[in-house]
Amino acid sequence: MYQEVDMAKLNPESVVILQKDDLAKLLNILRSHSYQTIGPTLRENAIVYDEIQGMEDLPIGWTDSQEKGSYRLEKRNDDAYFGYNVGPYSWKTYLSPARVRVCNASRSENGFNVVQETGNAPNYAFIGVRPCDVKAIKILDKVFINDFCVDNVYGNRRKQSFIVAVNCTEAGNTCFCSSMGTGPKSEEGFDLCLTEIVTEQSHFFVTEIGSDKALEVLEALSPQTASESEIKEAERRIENAAQSMGRNLNTDRIHDLMFDNYRHPQWDDIAERCLSCANCTMVCPTCFCNTVEEKTDLEGDNAERWRIWDSCFTLEYSYIHGGSVRHSTKSRYRQWMTHKLASWHDQFDTSGCVGCGRCITWCPVGIDITEEVSAIRNSSTVPEETVDQPR
Amino acid sequence: MRDGTKPKLAVWKFASCDGCQLTLLNCEDQLLTIADNIQIAYFPEATRAEVEGPYDLSLVEGSVTTPHELERIKGIREQSKFLITIGACATAGGIQALRNFKDVDEFTSIVYASPEYITTLKTSTPISDHVEVDFELRGCPISVEQLVEVLSAFLFDRRPQIPTYSVCVECKRRGIPCVMVSQGKACLGPVTQAGCGALCPYFNRGCYSCFGPKETPNPRSLSRQMEEMGYSEDQLLRVYRTFNAFAEPFRKESTYHEQENN
Ligand code: SF4
Ligand code: SF4
Ligand code: SF4
Ligand code: SF4
Repeated sequence: MYQEVDMAKLNPESVVILQKDDLAKLLNILRSHSYQTIGPTLRENAIVYDEIQGMEDLPIGWTDSQEKGSYRLEKRNDDAYFGYNVGPYSWKTYLSPARVRVCNASRSENGFNVVQETGNAPNYAFIGVRPCDVKAIKILDKVFINDFCVDNVYGNRRKQSFIVAVNCTEAGNTCFCSSMGTGPKSEEGFDLCLTEIVTEQSHFFVTEIGSDKALEVLEALSPQTASESEIKEAERRIENAAQSMGRNLNTDRIHDLMFDNYRHPQWDDIAERCLSCANCTMVCPTCFCNTVEEKTDLEGDNAERWRIWDSCFTLEYSYIHGGSVRHSTKSRYRQWMTHKLASWHDQFDTSGCVGCGRCITWCPVGIDITEEVSAIRNSSTVPEETVDQPR
Repeated sequence: MRDGTKPKLAVWKFASCDGCQLTLLNCEDQLLTIADNIQIAYFPEATRAEVEGPYDLSLVEGSVTTPHELERIKGIREQSKFLITIGACATAGGIQALRNFKDVDEFTSIVYASPEYITTLKTSTPISDHVEVDFELRGCPISVEQLVEVLSAFLFDRRPQIPTYSVCVECKRRGIPCVMVSQGKACLGPVTQAGCGALCPYFNRGCYSCFGPKETPNPRSLSRQMEEMGYSEDQLLRVYRTFNAFAEPFRKESTYHEQENN
């Protein structure tokens, strides 16, 4: 029935079929290529990304039910490997970790010695990266690897990473990647991209090849080419996700909408609810802010410099001589949302939001970025013609 | 210190359980280094030897609950170049500040056979209500790591790096799935100052706010959410009435629920 593929004829962009068991083999191959395989797994009551040794570490047969401020695990009625959406953590945990030591200084006879961290990073293979998160990594690439500077912490990890993306066949309740043009299908930025198909009789993955690296890895598996109907079935399932998107965000002229409405009363309304707890920025796959902490030991012989995740929701973040510039919660939330949806465009020529919905689900009080944007849009205080002006 | 002399340290106790002072003794490996760099001049919990003041640094544990303590803290301030309060009692009045919401005379009449021998104030208050305090180190008890940070900052005349943002920031940096969102458990993390490393969420429980209110806290909004999760007015009242009950944002919030409850 199937034709085994002549590997020489495959190229990036080819589509092949990986059977359920092939995936376990793929994992082993990646591990034998000295990749540390990171993928979704259960931790306490959520699905997080952690090291997986084999397919049995995946949350097989589980799904997540998400609402604003709420996340619950539920059993599925099939054995899908990837039958859930995104959890509280994203791949930035690995690419730009929460705590990294930058350098270490120790007292010497004539001053002090500074030892910079070598920047050695593990080779990561990320298994099960959702389309929104593939896009988020592309956005982080722009932030951390650009003409002005290359961040070694991120750059070294990223350079070596292998991305196995998984298209979504069901959308979560807080997802709005369709609105942001980032999903539910991944178009680029992966090494391999799977669409999972589980039926009563079969369990396989329609697999797009995205890089030469991936071709090399697939060699030992000699996969079959995908048939027309299998590709169609994958597309149908992805379309199902697009149709079941839990949220929607109208991005029409969003840049100006944000900037023109910086005095909108809705910001006060949000501030009344917002805890300035910073969860939204911590879970966001594109929020990249870090702060630097320096610590001395009691003898004063050693000092260490650490970079750690920061957030524009803290007072310290905007502290300059004389005090914090953004003292009110209102100004901090406004900074966050305006950066994500508007000034990010000016800075990096892309939106800072990929519509993954994490900030909605993981906000302890369920503040919903899509609702807040519509509230502002529906009662924009700026005269129409101002909003309508092209940028 | 910069000039090479060892600064003189005094550790004082007011109304408290001693847990925070013990944190100093619990510094274990670092304790000897501390003793090498700081002269422990007055610390009855650790040594009977006493060196007279003035002191370069005083660590003050406990709250003010008696007229005698009220006088004593003034004397300590006069003898101390630098005064740092440690723990929830010294910085917010502690668990014993629950008396502030009730009638103390009624308590003493129930508890003591001869209440006339008891001289006590009607309230338990933080040290900063009575004298100027140079730095407040939060926690019930304080964290070893933060104490060492404050001491080394003092030794090298730099600002201590003690964050005032939420426990959530630490929680997320540690990779803990939020217990409030994923399990519907009441958690005070979003209104509580960091410092513990999100200890309770790490052990799958909500935060009890040992470190007290964070910068710009919004307990009203958090309470509304907990109400939606099914917590009653009475439960919400109790959530805020613990070690930091008398810290203003929590005092206001619990009083609000008390009124709603009646
Ligand atoms: S802003 Fe929210 S929805 Fe957008 S990428 Fe960040 S976490 Fe996801
Ligand atoms: S929204 Fe805030 S935390 Fe996120 S990248 Fe922008 S400034 Fe940084
Ligand atoms: S929007 Fe939600 S998650 Fe973000 S700071 Fe405010 S309360 Fe916290
Ligand atoms: S568990 Fe508590 S401290 Fe951790 S993120 Fe959730 S609300 Fe914040």
